[in-house]
Amino acid sequence: MTDAVAVAEDKENEDTETREFLTFMLAGEEYGVDILRVQEIKGWDSVTNIPNTPDYIRGVINLRGTIVPIIDMRLRFNLEQLEYGPTTVVIVLKVEKDSETVRTMGVVVDAVSDVHDVPTSQIKASPDFGTTVDMEFVKGLATVGEKMVIVLDIDHMLNSNELASLESIVNE
Amino acid sequence: MSIDISQFLQTFYEESFEGLDIMESELLNLNVGSADKETINTIFRAAHSIKGGSGTFGLSSVADYTHVLETLLDEMRDGKRDVSQYSVDLMLQSVDVLREMLSALQSSEDLEHDRIASSHKQLTDLLSEGSSSSNEIDESVSSVEGNKENQSNGGWLIDFTPFPNLMKTGNDPVRIIRELDELGDLKIELDDEKIPSTDEIDPENCYLSWKLTLQTEADEETIKDVFAWVDDECDLKITPLVVSGEYTGPDRRDSQPVGQDRQIANRRSASKEQSSIRVGTDKVDDLINMVGELVITQSMLHQLHDVEEFNQHTLERLQDGLAQLEQHTRELQENVMRIRMMPISFAFQRFPRLVRDLSNQLGKSIELKLTGEQTELDKTVMEKIGDPLVHLVRNSLDHGIEMPDVRSEAGKPETGTIELNAFHQGGNIVIEIKDDGAGLNTNKILQKAKDNGLVKETDTLTKEQINDLIFQPGFSTADVVSDVSGRGVGMDVVRRNIRALNGTVDVSSSPGVGSVFTIRLPLTLAILDGQLVRVGNETYVVPLISIIESLQVKSEFVNAVTGSAEVYKLRNEYIPILRLYEVFDIEPDTKNLTKGMLVVVESEGQKIAIFVDELLSQQQVVIKSLETNFKKIDGLSGATILGDGTVALIADIVGLYHLYQKNIVPSELKVIHGGGVAA
Repeated sequence: MTDAVAVAEDKENEDTETREFLTFMLAGEEYGVDILRVQEIKGWDSVTNIPNTPDYIRGVINLRGTIVPIIDMRLRFNLEQLEYGPTTVVIVLKVEKDSETVRTMGVVVDAVSDVHDVPTSQIKASPDFGTTVDMEFVKGLATVGEKMVIVLDIDHMLNSNELASLESIVNE
Repeated sequence: MSIDISQFLQTFYEESFEGLDIMESELLNLNVGSADKETINTIFRAAHSIKGGSGTFGLSSVADYTHVLETLLDEMRDGKRDVSQYSVDLMLQSVDVLREMLSALQSSEDLEHDRIASSHKQLTDLLSEGSSSSNEIDESVSSVEGNKENQSNGGWLIDFTPFPNLMKTGNDPVRIIRELDELGDLKIELDDEKIPSTDEIDPENCYLSWKLTLQTEADEETIKDVFAWVDDECDLKITPLVVSGEYTGPDRRDSQPVGQDRQIANRRSASKEQSSIRVGTDKVDDLINMVGELVITQSMLHQLHDVEEFNQHTLERLQDGLAQLEQHTRELQENVMRIRMMPISFAFQRFPRLVRDLSNQLGKSIELKLTGEQTELDKTVMEKIGDPLVHLVRNSLDHGIEMPDVRSEAGKPETGTIELNAFHQGGNIVIEIKDDGAGLNTNKILQKAKDNGLVKETDTLTKEQINDLIFQPGFSTADVVSDVSGRGVGMDVVRRNIRALNGTVDVSSSPGVGSVFTIRLPLTLAILDGQLVRVGNETYVVPLISIIESLQVKSEFVNAVTGSAEVYKLRNEYIPILRLYEVFDIEPDTKNLTKGMLVVVESEGQKIAIFVDELLSQQQVVIKSLETNFKKIDGLSGATILGDGTVALIADIVGLYHLYQKNIVPSELKVIHGGGVAA
């Protein structure tokens, strides 16, 4: 529940401050990521598969000379797989691995939705569903107008088990 | 005029380390007894530059220490002292001490005062011992000033005529004159006749000359020392002043030459980074030319930018332009790579010393031969290959070459030979470390491996496989663990380091004749010669360095051992077949061996045949890391971008083999379900 504490702290310190989130659609729900982490948004293009990796890692692409891994968010959240269509986009994110290294990764989502200004006080800690629901990567829930936006903790999500390079060191 | 000299400190350190390297190699060249004067001179000059530089930067500990060394060398240079084995040893030692001092100062660590003091004392002791051939030296200890022969009766007349380019080399006559002034009472007469009219004057030239009268106790050597930096850039005449005459020269202030402030500006600017690279100007000039060409091509293509409709003519021009662009890009790439290339002598130069010290320590007599020192390779590769090389050479010295008595018993010359050889071979650099020692003892290695459980008692191994065991972790057959080697933490690290450079290391050996370690490395870490192969929809790059051959399968040569592990019989060798689609879990065009291709690769002495659908082209690929944004994947060493912009993965042969070994276990169990895929 450290996330909840962090959110609560944010609330105290920056009561009037707002943060901008880019939101995207995934199986009918709206998710948000900190807009400062978004490097670019591009259409879905074919990827090069990487052998022996989980399904949700679609592969890697060439982003102007850098090799960038692409993660399918539906598969990551165990949602039903959807045929990629014209609205399917890749959001290229800058992910902090630790304070020094920043990695570039792309996530495939159904569609980009909107950019919202959300007062930090409006971000509520997500309710505890116990162990039945994996809320690990959810930073909190924000209310925008009538809608609810699920704010993601991308650093945590994109550095978890299968994506972390630590694993390879342990293996060696 | 105040100048922040600290910016030059880095350059001083770099130059000093280079000077020390020169001293070391020249000291090793020095023949005891009949020393070549030019060699001593070279050593002296290097020591002198270090002394001068350290004095300038206020590193008095280094300056004091070098001074003693310099005095010793000076006496040798003048033939006042014989070059003995002891003194050479001592000087080599002092080179080490100096190197330590400088690196400690560079990283602002504390100096090892005890060691420096004891080495300093040894040197001064040697100096005070005098020398067998000394004529004049009586009590002169550690200072040339005690050399009474050259002492004049109270003064010197110095004719100092600098060449016009003196100041361009960063020297300043005023500084020299000031230094002389410190030695005693100085009278200056300036000769300014050569100064041309104002419109002809070159502000960077020195048109002045001086007649200097110095009333001093100092001897001629001391005065020559002052001019040591400029002695090949001026006419210098030093005559003893017998009658002390009075000179009334013009005021010293008048003698300030034009453009004196430039002296520092003309010095090579110091590099801030620790790792800098010295590039020949010809290489840089080439690059500039090439960029020029590129700009011309670009403007040529730009003209076509505005063409509204392409006709035959414009299309031809476009094709020409593109062809040129391609050529220029390739040339530019090659030349940029060349900038990072350095001759391997940088890695080799430490070995004469190492071999000399170690052979003394071990009581062996060993000759080192270096060949192919001018072979160039990438700087980053060079930096990383140093330690593995040292390890291999130490190993050959310690384990390879036998003691002299053993050698003569075996009918070999008492002096063993170690050869270091480097050459290019098809896009790779090959380094061989060859010794004429005892060779690897295969029985002993096999026994040891069985004791350690690396090999099962029942296994039968080929000679190559046994030799290859020495690269296993924790393996050492040395009877005695020595200071030099034998702890068994070595060869596996050597192999790992070399593998990290995408290289290979192999050993071949014959008992009684010697061993050869062969290191193969890519010329550069950034670019790899690759064979593109296709499996299903995927394209992979197999490093060309590891490919032995590619062939089409003849089904009669395929055998399935225990029903699942397939081997291919190739010229009396059984090579395991690795089906890439199985290991990477992808859908291939064909599972029928006869319809695809086998790429036979070798790594770590193990051959495997990789089954792919099709061979595509061979090309150079730029290696991109997967780990930057992702993580290390077993069986892959990285990725690259192909001409069409798509990503292709680069296969890591060793990793593939490990994956294959892991895979083989479940497939043995699969046999029951009919999982053994047959041709």
